Amino acid sequence: MSKVLLKVDHLKKYFPIRQGMFARHVGDVKAVDDVSFELYEGETLGIVGESGCGKSTTGRAIMRLHEPTEGKVLFDGIELTDLNNEQMRKVRRDIQMVFQDPYASLNPRHTVEKILEEPLIVHGIGNAKERKNKVREYLEIVGLSSYHAKRYPHQFSGGQRQRIGIARALMTNPKLIIADEPVSALDVSIQAQVLNLMQRLQDDLKLTYIFIAHDLGVVRHISDRVGVMYLGRLVEIAESELLYHEPLHPYTQALLSAVPVPDPVFEREQLLLKGDIPSPSNPPTGCTFHTRCPHAMEKCKQVIPMLQQVKSGHSVACHLYEAPQ
Amino acid sequence: MSEIIRNQVRQIEVEEKVKGPWQEAWTSFKKSKSALVGSAIVIFFVLIAVFGPFIAPQGINEQNLSMRLQPPSAEFWFGTDDLGRDIFSRILHGARISLTVGLTAVLISAVAGSFLGIIAGYYGRWIDTIISRIFDILLAFPSILLAIAIVSILGPSLQNALIAIAVINIPNFGRLIRSRVLSIKEEEYIHAAKAIGMRNTRILWKHILPNSMTPVIVQGTLAIATAIIEAAALGFLGLGAEAPQPEWGKMLADARMFLLNAPWALIFPGLAIMLTVIGFNLMGDGLRDALDPKMKN
Repeated sequence: MSKVLLKVDHLKKYFPIRQGMFARHVGDVKAVDDVSFELYEGETLGIVGESGCGKSTTGRAIMRLHEPTEGKVLFDGIELTDLNNEQMRKVRRDIQMVFQDPYASLNPRHTVEKILEEPLIVHGIGNAKERKNKVREYLEIVGLSSYHAKRYPHQFSGGQRQRIGIARALMTNPKLIIADEPVSALDVSIQAQVLNLMQRLQDDLKLTYIFIAHDLGVVRHISDRVGVMYLGRLVEIAESELLYHEPLHPYTQALLSAVPVPDPVFEREQLLLKGDIPSPSNPPTGCTFHTRCPHAMEKCKQVIPMLQQVKSGHSVACHLYEAPQ
Repeated sequence: MSEIIRNQVRQIEVEEKVKGPWQEAWTSFKKSKSALVGSAIVIFFVLIAVFGPFIAPQGINEQNLSMRLQPPSAEFWFGTDDLGRDIFSRILHGARISLTVGLTAVLISAVAGSFLGIIAGYYGRWIDTIISRIFDILLAFPSILLAIAIVSILGPSLQNALIAIAVINIPNFGRLIRSRVLSIKEEEYIHAAKAIGMRNTRILWKHILPNSMTPVIVQGTLAIATAIIEAAALGFLGLGAEAPQPEWGKMLADARMFLLNAPWALIFPGLAIMLTVIGFNLMGDGLRDALDPKMKN
């Protein structure tokens, strides 16, 4: 097995809720609560979950765009949570991010050339001429033309802008790219183009991806492994095929049963979850899923299940799969 | 071959279509008639401010006591005041004073306000609390009262009136920029800038500042109009320009005793103030329509 590029260890991100005149601390929104996983070099890890389950926050906490409340992030042998701002800034050269909204993630007052050149400038790569050449080269790599360099973001379609966003992430030759719902804002036809582009780039440039999405089909298409999050916790993580064929966690089963099947005659059993996703500021005790779980037991209300490996390449956090003591 | 030509044609089209955000704003600014009228008035007064003293038929202090309070005539276009001075010449000279005071005061308050606002908005926490409370205190007083207080402390002169006007306008700019920065710093391209590995200072000056500038330009243009009125008001109250200076507000004050028998001494400086203010307001409104993307159709 290839080497571990990123190790996330008990990562937590709580957003404090403050109230009143003196900003009294009255509670926390537990956006990410004790998430651990490993990421191997060259693979794509998909992270799925409903909106608000903390998948984007996880991505941002890894990059320290949101300062983690607790936990460690080990990237390529470097302990990211211990770095000061300036050291972290330099490490960001190796971890780049692709954002969800291609309309909001590019500065509207800068030309494409300026947008793409900036990562090179801030990391002091190359001289002016080399930088300009590299901008043109990468524009071609992501499927745009070099003459697009002089245009402004508003002159592009959503798909083209997302390509610019991807090109920006590639400029510094990063090792890891965290893609935060990179295709959610795009039309389905464009989604496929961008996904294929990302896969091609991964092969050509030996990239490692964390691919955050809420669309299970998209994640299946691109990921080697998939993690499922619910209410700030990672409830199941497995190799892509294992997860899709044999989901273990009741939440994953319900999610997968909701994926439409392109066959009008096919009758399937739909697992409909009752109730809403609870508030992350006041999550249920024990297993956070017990309020909606069809298999909930007494134990689930009290004890938080730990993520444990049940078979090779498949871990789940659920009391149903615990080895009998 | 045809492929090449087509590509070249496409290239040329592309070159032509490329328009920056500023050029687009200019295109939409040109479409507004009132904005153009406003700009014309402003340009007119700017020209007067620059060249007025050269074209003025008489000096500002040339008194002719035998010609006191003459109505407008071929010799004295706008009539004469109580000391027999030519009002037309004095208004031409006064344009320079009023515009300088308006522009300088607004420039000072815009720069200071933007600086404070950007720091308060970006860094937040206690810095924001301190700066915002200072703004609140300044805004708690009616602005003209505050200006009067500042001038009384510093002593009445045109320069101190300018400082007072600059100070009372700082919180307006500061708050404007602060709110703008608060919304812009949550934009995804700012997160992206951070993710790329930019330093805070670069993000502030290269990304947040240029994107928060448009309301300042609009507010600045409108504030020049207010500043001119405030300067005139301070002049009228005897807290601004001193005796021989042909400041428009001061001219109003000096002429008010003769309102009934020599209304022209009052009307023409008043008209000058009004026209300049209207010019800046129309131009400011046009700029706002052109620069605010939310007003765009």
